[in-house]
Amino acid sequence: MADDLKKTALHDMHVDLGAKMVPFAGYAMPVQYPMGVMKEHLHTRDAVGLFDVGHMGQVFLVADDKTFATAAKALEALVPASITDLEPGQQRYTQFLNEEGGILDDLMVSRINMPGHDHMIYLVVNAGCKDADYAHLQAHMPDNVAVNVKDDTLSLVALQGPKAVEIIARLNPDIAKLIFMTHGEFELQLPDGGIYAHVSRSGYTGEDGVEISAHHDHMKRLVGHLLTQDGVAPIGLGARDSLRLEAGLCLYGHDIDTTTSPIEAGLIWSVQKHRRSGEGYMGAARVANDLKVKTRRLVGLKPEGRAPAREHTEIQDLDGQTIGEVTSGGFGPSVGGPVAMGYVDVPHNKTGTTVNLIVRGKPMPATVSKLPFVPNRYFRGE
Amino acid sequence: MLKFSKDHEWVRLDGDVATVGISDYAQKQLGDVVFVELPDVGHEVDAGDELAVVESVKAASEVYAPIAGEVTEVNADLEGAPETVNAAPMDGGWFVKMSVSDKSALDTLMDEAAYKEYCEGL
Repeated sequence: MADDLKKTALHDMHVDLGAKMVPFAGYAMPVQYPMGVMKEHLHTRDAVGLFDVGHMGQVFLVADDKTFATAAKALEALVPASITDLEPGQQRYTQFLNEEGGILDDLMVSRINMPGHDHMIYLVVNAGCKDADYAHLQAHMPDNVAVNVKDDTLSLVALQGPKAVEIIARLNPDIAKLIFMTHGEFELQLPDGGIYAHVSRSGYTGEDGVEISAHHDHMKRLVGHLLTQDGVAPIGLGARDSLRLEAGLCLYGHDIDTTTSPIEAGLIWSVQKHRRSGEGYMGAARVANDLKVKTRRLVGLKPEGRAPAREHTEIQDLDGQTIGEVTSGGFGPSVGGPVAMGYVDVPHNKTGTTVNLIVRGKPMPATVSKLPFVPNRYFRGE
Repeated sequence: MLKFSKDHEWVRLDGDVATVGISDYAQKQLGDVVFVELPDVGHEVDAGDELAVVESVKAASEVYAPIAGEVTEVNADLEGAPETVNAAPMDGGWFVKMSVSDKSALDTLMDEAAYKEYCEGL
């Protein structure tokens, strides 16, 4: 493997665990462990999967005047989501848009929930986009809002699956009280002493679970401990991809990019109602326009046969006219068959429509399906 | 006679009939096989032509004909149980049977010992 690849703090642990390391977004990352993609996927849906996502970017926005409003207003000019109304401990999914309303990256935005620090905004961005994102932030944040990149100090892991919260709550029972898309700062009681971590109830597998940010050295100790717990298995990027596809979640660079808008991508749920007027942030006009002029939409596609339809597979209507392209496709281990997502021209996006996927020159029937393919199991409170 | 290609196909000659599949090394590299697209019976191939496509959870990969011939039978069991390629690549996971016109073509392929050495060098 090329020496110029960056390594996460957990790199040596992956190698010791027998991971197959591949280049991904400039990092050497585990694509799978000896368990294999299929079993890793099913294990996550059944028990607990541990994912190193330390290649992702972690950055804080902090206003000089130590108010949340100043930083929130500045960020709100760059994303469709409403930010100024975020409460401490709340988290939102959104996107950076360019002037044309195309998606530069998708990201998580959190308002820190700690006395004296709840003016701080914490962002998690994609590894492949992070350098561009930091430049974008530096270029557009006003002088009185600092952009503090924390990649050199902070690691990030995701613990996902039906038993994930039970496992992490052993280290601090209060974590079990978090609901989906909320977070906090917690002391985690490891056998060799406590560490502090930022824990959010979120993830990208469709399962219940948490994402944990902590200093590199603390994370190594935490992960070492978690892997000793029954039911916890390390999971690679291969299964992360099939899990998020079954969960109907977009992957940047595949399902969304600078040519697609949040509305085309079916991300309208992430654009609060008062943010759909066509004004107020970079790219807002495209969002408003795409709500009125409906040209194409991202849909789920369920091939009838067993052959997977991969990214860039052409989609045709039954008359043989090209109506779109697959953007993510493969085998869904929990579905037990092939699944895909892709853009199709309106009105072919209607659920239940039969289309043809052109796989190796042959039309393969598929049905436009509701997303997700596997029901999400987020914890939204009792 | 059992021979292997550099592309990790195996071919077993029994009279005039050659059975073709992928090696244990290949199935391990591919990971969990979820679909195999096989040619039609009667399909003629030259050595090196695409013979089948094997899809794993991760990606699609071509399987090449190790020798020239005409497909006389395909392993229909793989349609319902593609995982057999992982479980028994040299037995139940075979792909096709072919009639071979030029048996001497097998001489250009590796025997088991040479193939093992070849894989160790990869």
